[in-house]
This record gives sequence, C-alpha cells and structure tokens, in this order.
Amino acid sequence: MGEIDRASPEILKELEALRKANAELLSEISALQKQLQGTVEMSSKPICIDGPNAISLEHNTKFFSQTQHILYGSSSVQESVAPSEAKLEVGSKARANINEETPNSQGISVAHLENDWIYEDVGGCIRKSMGNCERLHNLDPYTISRYSRQLLVPAFGVKGQENLLKSSILIIGAGGLGSPAALYLAAAGVGCLGLVDHDVVELDNLHRQVIHTEGAVGETKVKSAAAACRAINSFLKVNEHYSGLQASNAVNIISKYDIIVDATDNLPTRYLINDACVVMGKPLVSGAALGTEGQLTVYHHDDGPCYRCIFPVPPPPDACQSCSDAGVLGVVPGIIGCLQALEAIKLASGTGEPLSSRLLILDALTTSVQKVKLRGRNHSCIVCGDAPQLSRENLHQFDYEAFTSSLMSDKIPQRKQMLPLSYGVSCKEYKRRCEEGELHVLLDVRDAHQYAISALPNSVNVPFSQLKERVPQIQDLAKGIDLEVEEAYPTEVLAQSLRPIYVICRRGHDSQKTVQFLRSNGFPDTFDIVGGLECWTREVDHHFPKY
Amino acid sequence: MQLTLEFKGGLELLFGSVKVHQIEVEPSDGKDKLKLQELLIWVRNHLLKERPEMFMKGNSVRPGVLVLINDCDWELLGQLDAVVDEKDTVVFISTLHGG
Ligand SMILES: [Zn+2]
Repeated sequence: MGEIDRASPEILKELEALRKANAELLSEISALQKQLQGTVEMSSKPICIDGPNAISLEHNTKFFSQTQHILYGSSSVQESVAPSEAKLEVGSKARANINEETPNSQGISVAHLENDWIYEDVGGCIRKSMGNCERLHNLDPYTISRYSRQLLVPAFGVKGQENLLKSSILIIGAGGLGSPAALYLAAAGVGCLGLVDHDVVELDNLHRQVIHTEGAVGETKVKSAAAACRAINSFLKVNEHYSGLQASNAVNIISKYDIIVDATDNLPTRYLINDACVVMGKPLVSGAALGTEGQLTVYHHDDGPCYRCIFPVPPPPDACQSCSDAGVLGVVPGIIGCLQALEAIKLASGTGEPLSSRLLILDALTTSVQKVKLRGRNHSCIVCGDAPQLSRENLHQFDYEAFTSSLMSDKIPQRKQMLPLSYGVSCKEYKRRCEEGELHVLLDVRDAHQYAISALPNSVNVPFSQLKERVPQIQDLAKGIDLEVEEAYPTEVLAQSLRPIYVICRRGHDSQKTVQFLRSNGFPDTFDIVGGLECWTREVDHHFPKY
Repeated sequence: MQLTLEFKGGLELLFGSVKVHQIEVEPSDGKDKLKLQELLIWVRNHLLKERPEMFMKGNSVRPGVLVLINDCDWELLGQLDAVVDEKDTVVFISTLHGG
C-alpha cells in the first residue's frame, strides 16, 4: 500500500469509490448466496451444460476473478477483489438458472441477459458470455488456453475466435470431404456443427472417410461423426440430421446455420444445396474430389456466382463419374475437405479472403494447385438472378433427380436389362456350362486396372473402349486360337465353327453393350453373363473379391 | 501458333488419358490470333479420341465443362469469341461431384 499512500488525493478518492463499489458488490453477492441456499448443489467437480461455450464451475471461478481484474484493470488495488467463495456463488447462480430454465438448452431464440451473463442462441444451442460490464473480450481463461495457438495468429486473433465460437456451420455429407472438414471445425472451436448424411459406414469408406473407425462399420455416418467431434471438443454443440437432405427439408435445415459446407457425392444434391443456400442467403463452401483431382470454391458470397450461374445446365449423366466407379485416392478429398474447413473458418471468423468467384483445382499426380478466376453472378440465373424463379416457397417442388437425370446418392442405379433375355445367361448357368466342359471364350470387358484387381480364370481382358479395334483378336479366340494362352486351347480341339462367347464385366452394363455389338458384327453366339462379377460373388463364389 | 491444352476432371479419358497436350495450330486466313470457336473444331478433329458428345454439344463444349484461358473463365473473355495467342494455355475441365 506504500505506493497508494504517496499517491495524489484524486487517486485516493478513486480508491475510496472503488472500495465502496466493492462493498456493494459483496453485499449483492451475499444476498444472492442467501437466495441460493438449498437450491444449488455445491460441487467441486466441473459441471458442463449442453452448449458450445458452456463453462464448467471451475472455469467460472477463474473467469470471474479475471473479470474482476478487468473491472479494476488499471488500478493496482488487488485487495478489492472479492473473496473467491463469493465469486463461486455468483457463477453457480448463473448456472442454476440456466439449468432450471433451459433443461436441454434448445428452444431459446433470443439472447437474454442475466446476472451479467449473456445467453444467446447459436444454431439451437446456447452460448454464454459476459455482458453488461467493461471487458476486453468474451473468452474465459480455459478458452484462451485451449485456442491460444490460434489467438496468436495476428490475422485471426481474439476477434476471429470469438466470431468462430458464435458461428454455426452445417456439413452436408459425412464422407471423404466431410470427415476432415468436421474434425477440423470441431477442433477449431466453432459454436455449433450440424451433420447431414443418411448413409451408414461401410468398409470401403474407411480409406478416406477418416472420421469413422473400423468399429463404426454398419453405424450411421452421422452418429459416428458426431461422436468423434464430441470426443475432440466437449464444448461443441453437434446437431445430428439423419434424414439426409431432400428438397422437402433442405430449406428448413439450412436456415438454422450461418455457413453451409457441401461435402456430398452427387449432382442433384449439389444443385439442391446451392438453391437452398441462395434462397436462404447463406454462403456455400463447395468441394469435390474424384480420382486424383479436387475442386474447391465458395458460392453465393459477396455478390459472387452460385453453382447455377456457372453450370445452368447439368452435364449428361454419362459424364458424371462417382467414387464407386472411378475410384478416389483417400488423401485427395482429405485435402479438399481441409480446405473447405479453412474457407468455412474464414467466413465464420471474418478472416482473409474467401474463395468467391474463383476455383481452386488440385491435381494430386503433379502436386499442382491452380487457382482460376470465375465469372461473376449471372443476372439471369434462375435462383440468384435479378428475377429468380426459385424461392424458399417453391424450392421443395423442384425435381432435382429429374433435372439432372441422376440419383441423390452415389450408389449405383439398378442394372437395366437392355438385351433380349435370351441373349443372357445367369452366373449359375454359366458355371454349369463350364463344369460340363463347353468350349467357349470368356471376355472380360472391364478396364485393365479393374481386371488387375480380380478376374475369373481363363477370362480374356478386352476393355470395352478397345472393343472395335480388337475384333480380329476376338475372331481368333472364337476360332480357338489364343495367341497369348496357346496351351489353353490345344490345336487338336480347334473347331471349324465359332465357339460361343460369354461376356462379363463388373455389374453387367458394358457386357450387354458388348453382346449387342458382337452379335451385330458376326458373332451371333454371344451371351451376357447377367449381373457381372458382383453377381458372381453373390450367387456363385462368395470368396471372389468384391470392390 | 503454339498452345498448351489441358484436359482435366475426367475429360482426359476422351483424349487418350493424356492431360497435357502441346499443340501447333495455324489460325485460318493468316490471322495471328485464334478464336476459341476455331480451336474447339481443331481439337475435335485432331485430338478427340472417343465419344465426342462427352466433350462437345453443338459448336460449344458440353454442359458441365469449364473453359479457362490462362487461368480465366472464358465467359469473361467472350466465350466462343474469346481469342488465344501464341503460348497461351487453355484448360478444359469437367466439374466433379464426388466426395
Ligand atoms: Zn446463380
């Protein structure tokens, strides 16, 4: 106190005022203490309520002393800080109230103020912050420690973190893109994360959908992903949307969030998400990955274009490759998903320049990342243009599957029978004919890299795309002359007439087209093995690898 | 005129699975610039290996294909009327949907 003794009368006067204020505060606290008696179970264990920024009792205590310090920030009068038990009481009171009034933290729609705490609704979850008193910021000591390495980034800082903690982000698709996006957003400290997916985790997802574990195979992706996010950050509010996104629920789901991340795997859903984002005025972080390539952009932000501005007409369905057909190197959606998290964080925190009106193109094989300039908003766009035809009222009537001629899933559509039934044999029938010793040719028309995964013995690989050029070879095969596997067809059994040709592929689509082509090009004895190798695995040999 | 053409997003499958093509093409009637309209026809006649309908529709590219001239959307440069110059790079890229 020596310093204060020597201080000017003004400072002593100020100190007296502060002491008075402190005494008032203490009496208020003891009044609250009385009120609380019997209503709050005092516990030394941290209590967590539901919500992104719920603060444990322990954190509250620290938080309160921090706030006191801020109140008397410039003064060196440390003794004016209230006794710690009393502070604990105030923190408890606040918590007691929130527990009484909002048992599950849902349903509060507006911010309200209570005992200097502000409660506000962030995407259906309650966020709590200090209000009504001078403060540097809303971050309590725990939050500061937790996100310190992010707070230290000058371009992000306290403001960025505060904004992020208040934000709600919806990730549509908990697959290859959604996995890393969800993990990073959960860790970065967004307030509320929504997850949409209607699929279950499958074995062939695990190489790229890194949020799911072996133990989650068979579980819904949303449940598995939500559990992983909660394990990373227990302060995070996670909303689980199991229904998947359809025209009927898109506007409703999207309306609850600030920023939307498109991490889906199919064309009609991409148009649907775009339209719902535009009619609800939400920025859309769009990512896609296939094979060894990835693409990223932000739609409908800062007067930039929407998906329909760039692609008003959908591509023909044959041009749309899916991961289940064309494959995907796991790390490629991993990179794009991380970039989607980055763009979402930038939008939510107000940091940097979101990738609007520009497209990032990743080529993993050459490790090239290219950023190109896109056209601006199209004023005659049917959803974001000056006279839009789609609105939040009529969007649910738009038939997205018909518009794109493809399904809202990357699942393979049912095999279509294109040939007369008499041109096909079942897998079982083909096996029977083999066992009877019928001399024949088995053509496998898959691409060579698929043939290399697994193939039936004695099959000859003639990729569908090379069919026309390889007719002479097929001719030789049908005559019993196999230049590559001569011993398989001893010369003494060479027949004058052509042997029957059986054609197989992965799922029985290209094989039908091949049969059609060969039958009209001099090979009338050509048959489709119905349903392809997938059917072979199901009906004949369960050990034949399915991919 | 020397140009670099790139086919991405699966379009390379229509061009013998080759993504980058260095080409030598002469603009018609001795001009020193080439319109994209002409370039597309040249590509169809000289480079395209299969399924032309997967690359073109009418006299332009099919829906779902972006054309980028020196990293810029051709819509900003006049689309079919955009011109390319010596050593320019033109990228044809199909939009991806996978994830
Ligand atoms: Zn638009």
